[in-house]
Amino acid sequence: MAEVTAKQVLFEPIFSNNPIGLQILGICSALAVTTSMNVTIVMCLSVIAVTAFSNLAVSLVRTQIPNSIRIIVQMTIIASLVIVVDQILKAYAYEISKQLSVFVGLIITNCIVMGRAEGFAMKNGPWLSFLDGVGNGMGYSIMLLFVAFFRELLGAGSLFGVTLLSPVNEGGWYITNGLLLLPPSAFFIIGLAIWGLRAWMPEQVEEPDYKMSRHTHKEAF
Amino acid sequence: MEHYISLLLKAIFIENMALAFFLGMCTFLAISKKIEAATGLGIAVVVVLTLTVPVNNLIYNNILREGALSWAGLPDVDLSFLGLITYIGVIAAIVQIMEMILDKYIPALYSALGVFLPLITVNCAIMGAALFMVERDYTFSESVVYGFGAGVGWALAIIALAGIREKLKYSDVPDGLRGLGITFITVGLMSLGFMSFSGISL
Repeated sequence: MAEVTAKQVLFEPIFSNNPIGLQILGICSALAVTTSMNVTIVMCLSVIAVTAFSNLAVSLVRTQIPNSIRIIVQMTIIASLVIVVDQILKAYAYEISKQLSVFVGLIITNCIVMGRAEGFAMKNGPWLSFLDGVGNGMGYSIMLLFVAFFRELLGAGSLFGVTLLSPVNEGGWYITNGLLLLPPSAFFIIGLAIWGLRAWMPEQVEEPDYKMSRHTHKEAF
Repeated sequence: MEHYISLLLKAIFIENMALAFFLGMCTFLAISKKIEAATGLGIAVVVVLTLTVPVNNLIYNNILREGALSWAGLPDVDLSFLGLITYIGVIAAIVQIMEMILDKYIPALYSALGVFLPLITVNCAIMGAALFMVERDYTFSESVVYGFGAGVGWALAIIALAGIREKLKYSDVPDGLRGLGITFITVGLMSLGFMSFSGISL
């Protein structure tokens, strides 16, 4: 890898190398927590914290880790950090931690954390790794907040729990779109978001597996 | 018996790991280009889930849970905060052991599953099932059924998606949507299909 600057490391993952949009990492625990903005923000902060500090910790001990057991060492570091986050949430934001249920624990198996620890922190210094963690956490958060924004606004007519479009069943005018509160909508929104992102940055478009050859024969009439 | 059958069906269809809880998505999207690969991974997930969920259940109920250590004279100890690190350790260990056993005794199956086994450690479906088991307070026999059902549901979903993607390869998809984008939309439609099971009460 060529010389990387701190700024690049921090901002590249947000749009041009988005973990969800391009690297296919960390979709797992992402989608189920995007029905309301409040919950999503807590989830995003947890992920940013875990990615940043796990990158920092892995990078600090990277020269000491024997290669053959590196995965389990990384796993242990990540799991410990997630336990800390989980306990903090339980202590200070109990309601939200109930709503997040198992998904805080699932940050451990979130491929972003593991992927960045293995792919970046094992090769770079602590400060850059920390920034890379923050950057990738933010790339993940942007995607999540984008999804949550549409799901909460159109699905429940509110943002951060504050009603913006007064729904019909409370005497207002907005007919809420219940589909957006169900799981499938998250897939559609992410799919469309990826389309948008790639229309904006065409270099991310994937090569087709199979090309249709040109039509060479004249139709027989 | 009826209770277990309904638990099994619920785990396979209504609470499908991949399509209702989005668990194991990374591998789900990455390894679903070919049916053979998807089948191999699916079987591996079923086996690993059927083993790890009950083992984690035993560990949780006999060691970690509040008051579980009373047999050792420590009735006030609550180790449940160690849960996360224990489950992931158990999963990693079981996957490793399974790999060795398969390598020694059933090399054909080992070479078929080869690449996928280590991948499974970081599959959120496995960890997710362990966490759901704890949250829902399953007994040992329930956890066996649940682990198996969750695995079958996940395998079903990935094989179905691989089938669709193999056909999709030949279709003319708009540039930006090609690959990952269209896969997301497909999974969304599949998930919509699976939502229809949610009305069924068992």
